[in-house]
Amino acid sequence: MAVGLGSAALSGIGLGYGPLALADPPPAPAPERGRELIRLVRQDCGSCHGMTLRGGLGPALLPENLSAQSPPALKYTILFGRPGTAMPPWQPFMTEAEADWIVTQLLRGFPEEAK
Amino acid sequence: MSGRKPFRVWIWFFFVCPLLAWGAEPILRGTGDLGVIVERGAGRVLIVNTSSNSIVQRVDGLGDLSHASVVFSRDQRYAYVFGRDGGLSKVDLLRGTLDTRIVQGGNSIGGAISQNGKLVAVANYEPGGLKVFSADTLEPVADIPAAYGDGKRSKVVGIADLPGDRFIYSLFDADQLWIADVRDPKAPKVEKFSGIGRAPYDGLVTPDGRHYLAGLFGEDGIALLDTWQPRPAVQRILAHYGQGEQKRPVYKMPHLRGWAVAGRQVYLPAVGRREVLVADTTNWKETARIAVRGQPVFVVARPDSRQVWVNFAFPDNGFVQVIDTLTGQIIQTLEPGKAVLHLEFTPRGEAVWISARDDNKVVIYDTASFTKLAELPAESPSGIFFTARAHRIGF
Repeated sequence: MAVGLGSAALSGIGLGYGPLALADPPPAPAPERGRELIRLVRQDCGSCHGMTLRGGLGPALLPENLSAQSPPALKYTILFGRPGTAMPPWQPFMTEAEADWIVTQLLRGFPEEAK
Repeated sequence: MSGRKPFRVWIWFFFVCPLLAWGAEPILRGTGDLGVIVERGAGRVLIVNTSSNSIVQRVDGLGDLSHASVVFSRDQRYAYVFGRDGGLSKVDLLRGTLDTRIVQGGNSIGGAISQNGKLVAVANYEPGGLKVFSADTLEPVADIPAAYGDGKRSKVVGIADLPGDRFIYSLFDADQLWIADVRDPKAPKVEKFSGIGRAPYDGLVTPDGRHYLAGLFGEDGIALLDTWQPRPAVQRILAHYGQGEQKRPVYKMPHLRGWAVAGRQVYLPAVGRREVLVADTTNWKETARIAVRGQPVFVVARPDSRQVWVNFAFPDNGFVQVIDTLTGQIIQTLEPGKAVLHLEFTPRGEAVWISARDDNKVVIYDTASFTKLAELPAESPSGIFFTARAHRIGF
């Protein structure tokens, strides 16, 4: 599965999220943990955002929906939630580096689960 | 595997199957012990038999079923499957085939079938509103946008059928509750109730078709409407169940349906709390709070009302607990598998089927002894729906 961050250049500029794209890409988690995180996003985030991330009770999380926000803002939304909305904090279940990695993957088009 | 296996398959294909087709009459059978299991990642449903605890058929091509629900035709032959991608699929349980499929919206949450069995309504997130179709052909017959405020449209949640070929549902973004009377589909009549409470997330109709309850995400309590009153008004019940306490973050929205009613009591998930709330349906006052293992998602009474089974949101979604309704005590905690998403009782409740998404299986328990009766393989199973729902109001 395409868990590793092969092309480190990230083509972040193409996605239009500005200077932060030039920062080092977050380290990829170990393969087993990477699979867990992909499953977590697809299945558990997917219960509100849709397993295809095209949205549900929560908004769509495809690259075109997220590109207007900065990666750190997205990371903090994942870690600490959005008070006053249904978005809960996921910080008990992942490290900051893992949240960074999830943001990077979301902005590139999130990987599918391995079958 | 042995190299002979493909050969055996070919023999069957060319010789045995045609002989069977030629020699056999169609097998006559009813559908009262059938049901479907949603394989959420595969866009497929399994047709299952609750008498033999087995998988009968697989039906593919139903689109994105990451959130899916099902209602049944009143002859219990067809399952209408509402998919996340706005797909509405009519599955023939006897033939094991996809009879008709349409994509009617961009993003939908669920649906209902009218009292007379002739109309199927779909609740849509995008574009927000209700669409109504002929149950026979899936031809569109009515479109009721959930418009509010300045040209905005709300996501529709908590749809259920009401007697009189009406559908009742809530508007998540508009804090409203609507009743659409589609007896004349060309001219649907819509009754609207506003200010019902912040962010209704799901709703249920009681088994007698009288009361509608909408769970609120944005504040504590439940919005209640007595539809029998000549001038119904929404009232708030269980409004203070969380007063002064910090809510826990919610990792999965609870679900409501008419199965929450057991005898005189209604059992409801508390939002953001590890509790099941109990209220008396004669006066709607809180009668108990039962501490449970996690935040409840489905709180389901066994058909005889003697037990209430509860599953939980992430990260406690490996557990299922059983409440004895006579004592209000938890009498059993089960661990059916990883990521329990749903449970469904057989028509009279001697067994319960439980889906464990991350273990790719459905586990069947005897509800008297809690012994495991069978396990069936299924790919990321989610919802389980049996045809007995066809004859219940609010399903």
